[in-house]
Amino acid sequence: MIDVMRPGRWLLYAVLAAFAVFFLLPLAVVILNSFRTAQEIARSSVIGWPATLAWQNWVQAWSGYCIAQRCEGIQPYMVNSFLLVIPATLLSTALGAVAGYSVSLWRFRGDNVLFAIVVMGVFLPEQMKLIPWALVLRDLGLSNTITALVLIHTVQGISFTTLFCRNYFLGIPQDLMKAARVDGAGYFRTFWRIVLPLSPPILIVTVIWQFTGIWNEFLYGVTFTTGEQQPVTAALIAISTTPATDLVEYGIQSAAVLLAALPTLLVYFFGGRYFMRGLTAGAIK
Amino acid sequence: MTRPIGRYLPLLVIWLPLLINAAHVVGFTAWTTWLSFTPSDLLPEYDWAGLRSYRGVLRTENTEVAYINLLIYSVGFVGLTTVVGFVLAVLIDQRIRAENLFRTIYLYPLAVSFVVTGTAWSWLFNPGLGIQKFVRTLGWSDFRFDWITDRDFALYTIVFAAVWHGAGFAMALFLAGLRSIDPDLAKAAQIDGAGPVRYYLRIAAPGIAPIAISVLVILLQFAIKTFDLVRAMTGGGPGIATMLPAVVVYDFMFQRGQLGRGSAAAVLLLLSLLVVLLPYYAYAQWRARRDRAAND
Repeated sequence: MIDVMRPGRWLLYAVLAAFAVFFLLPLAVVILNSFRTAQEIARSSVIGWPATLAWQNWVQAWSGYCIAQRCEGIQPYMVNSFLLVIPATLLSTALGAVAGYSVSLWRFRGDNVLFAIVVMGVFLPEQMKLIPWALVLRDLGLSNTITALVLIHTVQGISFTTLFCRNYFLGIPQDLMKAARVDGAGYFRTFWRIVLPLSPPILIVTVIWQFTGIWNEFLYGVTFTTGEQQPVTAALIAISTTPATDLVEYGIQSAAVLLAALPTLLVYFFGGRYFMRGLTAGAIK
Repeated sequence: MTRPIGRYLPLLVIWLPLLINAAHVVGFTAWTTWLSFTPSDLLPEYDWAGLRSYRGVLRTENTEVAYINLLIYSVGFVGLTTVVGFVLAVLIDQRIRAENLFRTIYLYPLAVSFVVTGTAWSWLFNPGLGIQKFVRTLGWSDFRFDWITDRDFALYTIVFAAVWHGAGFAMALFLAGLRSIDPDLAKAAQIDGAGPVRYYLRIAAPGIAPIAISVLVILLQFAIKTFDLVRAMTGGGPGIATMLPAVVVYDFMFQRGQLGRGSAAAVLLLLSLLVVLLPYYAYAQWRARRDRAAND
């Protein structure tokens, strides 16, 4: 809170702006390229101003470009990601809210141990779960389905959502809970009448974090689905590793990259405040 | 007969999700660990094979390269991210105009996937396409910047992209820490004639030390788990120059179809994670006990 060098404030802003350029550079490059033709990029480099606006890139990226021998653009994979991320986010958040409520406000024998194990799930590398999941999914008949990814992200997500919600619910005054109990409210009545009305802030934070995390997840998507079942992150890798023909369509690929990044970017720009809150809530507790 | 069911059904509904989650954490860890001691190849088998898979993994050149890389990558990524994050937090803490704008710009990479991050940076690092080509078209025709295709330097391009992705995260946490320092302390420092450098090094830095430790640990566990970024940028290449442990696990399991060795590699990954997390856990416990003692 102390001012650094009053006369040197222009220097301060110069440094701030330099960092801003550094962080914005890849985004700017991808946006500009999405409007440049492949020929133009091949002639110069990926850094450059579009000579003409090649809107066609976006149309191609959305519904025409060939990804792994399937020429329907990125659209089907975007749909897959939405079919995956929406149910998985809502389910894991709802289950985590109830679980967080149980762990924080309805103590029982062994709850600490159970909660400690659940929190370990936050840190456990996905690699430790790949083979077991593959075998379980096979036995459930869910191999290579989006439902399988919903299941995985819901089960795994409960670790995050329970932790987030529990930390928040611990802040609810015990007097409020006692008053509810004196009034004869049981487990569910207390949840509906007292806890849930206080929860929107943490529920928004949790939904935003789950949405971002699941949309961006790659390892499960690439391991458990193939071809037309893949989420968008896996499809992007398939695009950029497509064997190079004479001319790589960097313009179209840039548009595809932007389309794939757009949902989480929009969530970030419109929910930035909650994004920050989730960050500090998750990390500092 | 209906009474116990009526009583236990709600309990089951309440606890089932937690129990399933806990069962999958413990059960899957045990399952993979068990597989690492079996001769499993393309299909899982459950006979005892002792440390055979571990010997197989440790004898592979991939593993050795991956762990040396992890060391370099962790030091580079965690070090740079922490420093850049702290510098940004201090800069933003100067009662600047448009604070929200700068913060939003610094933090947005965190909302972008590693796949997108890696794809964009791999284009910029690609000598025939990105920065090198750009500078050459400007007229400096023998300019060279081909780290990503150079075995000795490719790893640093991944460090660079990872820092781009994570610096805003470190900044946000440090900033929250700086803002939580008692303003009276800052005033007292000012009255004592402490300049900004002394203030941030002597008062602010120790004040946010606990947050700094959290940041370090979180970044380190990100580093150990790094997978997507390598897949998107180099695929582990050129050759095996940018192999990391998480990539080795995937390689054993799904490219070579050696489930036993893949499991052993995954267990080794978990162990390296525990090397970071267990001391942190002990530290957190110690701090909690100290705080409780101070409050009594």
